[in-house]
Amino acid sequence: MNIAELLSDYTARNVALGSSLLGVTSGVLGCFAVLRRQGLLGDVLAHAALPGICLAYLLTNSKSSLVLLLGAAIAGWLAALALLQIVQQARLSEDSALGIVLSTFFAAGITLLTFLTKRGDAQGAGLDRFLFGQAAALIEEDVFVIAVLAAIAIGATALFYKEFKLLTFDALFARSIGLPTQALSVLLTSLVVVAIVIGLQTVGVVLMAAMLIGPAVAARQWTDRLGVMVALAALFGAAAGLAGALISLSAENIPTGPVTILSLTLIVLFSLLLAPARGLVWRRLNRSGG
Amino acid sequence: MNALDIHDLTVSYRDKVALQDVDLAIPAGKLAAIIGPNGAGKSTLLKAALGLVPTVAGSVLVHGQPYAKQRHLVGYVPQRSSVDWDFPTTVLDVVLMGTYRRLGWIRRPGKAERARALACLDQVGMADHADRQIGQLSGGQQQRVFLARALAQDASVYFLDEPMAGVDAVTEQTILSVLQDLARQGRTIICVHHDLDSAPQYFDWVVLLNMRVIASGPLATTFTADNLRKTYGGSMRAAIAHFQHFEEELEQAKR
Repeated sequence: MNIAELLSDYTARNVALGSSLLGVTSGVLGCFAVLRRQGLLGDVLAHAALPGICLAYLLTNSKSSLVLLLGAAIAGWLAALALLQIVQQARLSEDSALGIVLSTFFAAGITLLTFLTKRGDAQGAGLDRFLFGQAAALIEEDVFVIAVLAAIAIGATALFYKEFKLLTFDALFARSIGLPTQALSVLLTSLVVVAIVIGLQTVGVVLMAAMLIGPAVAARQWTDRLGVMVALAALFGAAAGLAGALISLSAENIPTGPVTILSLTLIVLFSLLLAPARGLVWRRLNRSGG
Repeated sequence: MNALDIHDLTVSYRDKVALQDVDLAIPAGKLAAIIGPNGAGKSTLLKAALGLVPTVAGSVLVHGQPYAKQRHLVGYVPQRSSVDWDFPTTVLDVVLMGTYRRLGWIRRPGKAERARALACLDQVGMADHADRQIGQLSGGQQQRVFLARALAQDASVYFLDEPMAGVDAVTEQTILSVLQDLARQGRTIICVHHDLDSAPQYFDWVVLLNMRVIASGPLATTFTADNLRKTYGGSMRAAIAHFQHFEEELEQAKR
């Protein structure tokens, strides 16, 4: 299929819409996650979603995206809670806690997934698309769910932009003027969970964290303003999402997630090397030029 | 009335006591320094007064009322090292954060807030840097931006955490004259200060702290060799040598 055919095709329209919405949402929320140095948290939450998806299917026997994504969100939430408890109660360092929670939840997820896909019912077999994402499987209902979730996540970020910005830059000062920093932090993390959940169908749990980190890192290279950074990250995320979805759609047997992340990597590399002021090439040139 | 009243304040981090039974009263309009060795709990005292760290016991009153009711009267300058200066934002944006409490939820700063923030930047001699990214500033300039943000809060009691640590001479003089102006207007300055040499020139009230309050009162009767010895343990000379060493380390760390 060529691009024109793709865009007139029903599946392709769904896929294009869904994957660009995913990119916009993870780009926006990813900026805050990266600036708060919580990129790895995103990785844990994404991996933790897998057992949630499997359990939701096991309990309801439904493959409606709303049900599965709800399961994913709840599991992500539980993982975040477990993380907090481990850091506070067991006095482990944060990176150890992240490692433990990620591997435990993901191990549980893989166990459930293997059980569901091998027990021989055709329905369960499709669940493994959540590992690396399969944009071609998106139907109109999925896109609708994605659109609603994206609207919630981006709307809330726009509404509390000023508060999120202060929280991210200077939490101490934020608390001193009476902002409920704990609650805001929970809200922001919950929105990151929403962004992750949106990406599960197209990018998959394994690579989802890159969709949070990549657009933000690339956007940061081009600007020194948070507002511009958020807008650029949304754009980069959408471009990568769209590219990944269309490439995987135009060839057989190419999983969407990895192609999306490879497209994103190109944007990140280009930005890291060539962005004015911060880009490596310009910094080299400036140094040698005196 | 006292600007700050602290009663029986105890703070501990996990099992380690950081502050014990702190009693403190600072009258309004004073330029007060909190002085003590490393690990004496100076920053912790500020943070506890501002409700930023959990307290085990004790009460904090600002102008006679609990702090939670008096936030509108308080301005705060955290330690410069407590934030990431590579954050994508401009000097003016940071100063505007001083207007956020009055703006309340969701509302964005407008023209009036911008004008106010620019005026505060002007007070610290940074108005022509308003559009710079904060990472491009020197340490002293960053400190002045933090002070400007506190000025934008238009507070009557200011808490400052080591505003003069590791800054250039111009910045130190600018900060001092701004603080003196504030005190002249009847506002209260409570400032963690690390330099024993300059303390008697800059401040008119001192709090000597080493997990407990060793002494607190007007400079002349409180900043005595005897009290300093009690605060720092060994001899004065050792204490001063210790601080010089500390400053050198700080300088080296910056390079």
